[in-house]
Amino acid sequence: MPEPDAVVIDKLVKRFDDFVAVDNVSLRVAKGEIFGFLGPNGAGKSTTIRILCGLLGPTSGQATVSGFDVATQPELVKRSIGYMSQKFSLYGDLTVEENLDFFSGIYGVPKERREERKSFALRMANLEERRGELTGQLPGGWKQRLALGCAILHEPPILFLDEPTSGVDPIARRSFWDLIYDLSAGGQTIFVTTHYMDEAEYCHRVALMYKGKVIALDTPRALKQKLGAKSMEEVFINEIERQEAATA
Amino acid sequence: MSFRRIRAVFRKEFLHIVRDPRSLGMALLIPILMLGLFGYALSLDVNHLPAIIYDQDNSPASRDLIQAFQGSTYFDVRSVSGDYPSIEKGINSNKIVFGLVIPPDFTRLLEAGKEAPVQVLLDGSDSNTASIAMAYVTTVVNLYALERSAQRLDQRTGMHVKPLTEAQVRVWYNNDLKSRNFIVPGLIPVILMIIAALLTSLCIAREWENGTMEQLLSTPIRPTELLLGKLSAFFVLGAADTVMSLLAAVFLFNVPLKGSLAFLGLSSFIFLFGALSWGIFISAATKSQLIAYQVGLLSSFLPAFLLSGFIYAVDNMPPVIRFITNFIPAKYYVTIMKGIFLKGVGMEVMWLELLWLTVYAVIIFTLAVSKMKPKIA
Repeated sequence: MPEPDAVVIDKLVKRFDDFVAVDNVSLRVAKGEIFGFLGPNGAGKSTTIRILCGLLGPTSGQATVSGFDVATQPELVKRSIGYMSQKFSLYGDLTVEENLDFFSGIYGVPKERREERKSFALRMANLEERRGELTGQLPGGWKQRLALGCAILHEPPILFLDEPTSGVDPIARRSFWDLIYDLSAGGQTIFVTTHYMDEAEYCHRVALMYKGKVIALDTPRALKQKLGAKSMEEVFINEIERQEAATA
Repeated sequence: MSFRRIRAVFRKEFLHIVRDPRSLGMALLIPILMLGLFGYALSLDVNHLPAIIYDQDNSPASRDLIQAFQGSTYFDVRSVSGDYPSIEKGINSNKIVFGLVIPPDFTRLLEAGKEAPVQVLLDGSDSNTASIAMAYVTTVVNLYALERSAQRLDQRTGMHVKPLTEAQVRVWYNNDLKSRNFIVPGLIPVILMIIAALLTSLCIAREWENGTMEQLLSTPIRPTELLLGKLSAFFVLGAADTVMSLLAAVFLFNVPLKGSLAFLGLSSFIFLFGALSWGIFISAATKSQLIAYQVGLLSSFLPAFLLSGFIYAVDNMPPVIRFITNFIPAKYYVTIMKGIFLKGVGMEVMWLELLWLTVYAVIIFTLAVSKMKPKIA
């Protein structure tokens, strides 16, 4: 039996009253892949991720994460994922170390592995020297790295990162992506949304999402070749214009 | 259910409490404030009722009657040479509660063996004090009348006449009839209810507002575990407040504690569990710290204060309100506290109250858990 894909989405629809946030999306993400989810704000990226994390139920269609159905087996899905939301969501009044201990506890990291995982996360986030500082007082980029550190404590096979670098300076963004590469090299699947086009270049494959639909899906290189574009930014603009022309 | 996850939440929540001087201060100051205010300032005892006497008769008989008032600690006779204007002025300016007017023909009527009325002008604006004052004054005057008629009979018959019957009152429980002994044990439920609702009302709403709830929901933690973890952290604070209030009651206010400490502990545990669950329920339902805080305060303080029998006797309430009090858990806890403190009774008498307390705690906890469940729509 071939190794199953990490994420399988099949004709996924999410409707909020009259508004269709996710419109019939189907895609697969292979194990170990860095999969980029691109699109302007409000395109439905976050909604899709939140469905995949079991935070929202789909209106129709199916999605499996690590082989578990998100609608019927959310508990099992949650055990195999790490999630980092757009908004900073650690406890500002807890120290770096206390945040790590807390998430280690609720992710159920076995006692004998805890110290090891904690020092790994601290090292990875380069926060060893600031472990005793209150999280709320860390600069933005450091907070993001800590959030990532918290999300990988339990060694989840799949990581969902929702705009992990928004509001972070370019150098911090670069070092954040180095981390993502390290994790991917270690075999973890990474599903990341962004609206920074340069970041799209770092992904193995990207899906362009616009008004709830996936309008293009391929490797960054293939997408550029197909349109003769120099950058992902050009691809993005071209695809959206085409989409607009088709629906007009 | 994972004990490890509950413990992780407990630790985290405890750190929040310790690092937030406001909530910690609230947890310590509110009991002190309430105990000070209600324990010292609020007294329902009616003593030293200020009065002015207008003696128009100015005779040995009228002076005897005045003596009876002056000799009692229940009255504080400000003046025996008053007149109508001074009584009116005294009542209007809240200087006195009543004025006693002895008419000029008092002695004459007494000696003639006729009815000799005295006039009592009473300030009825505080109806509670007024009715107590009325009872006191009537008692003093009746006693005086009884003595006078006994004396007259003695003189006439040359024998000593005793009244045929009299009430021999022996007070059981709180035999000093001090209102403080009754207020302080009932105050503990009110304090716990406020503390519980105030502290917990913020704890879920804050997670929603800060976006940390979404993070938590993406982890394997279950609503029950999150709730139990948070509850146990606040429980430590609530238990500390309970002990603090109990110590103050016994050692500061000298309220006799007659019943079993174990029963007191058990019922406090159950009540606190329910009260904390209530705050968490509100916090989870409103998702906004501001609204949760206000709803929490109103829905905990007012019923616990007004409908629990803490000060206002449930038996005196209109039937509809009396029915509503059955749904106020604080009522059962107030009954239990007063029973333990003042009467020394335990489970054998108050098992039904304990049962209701438990039933409500379980219902509220279940409601809170159901509100915590992520709405997968």
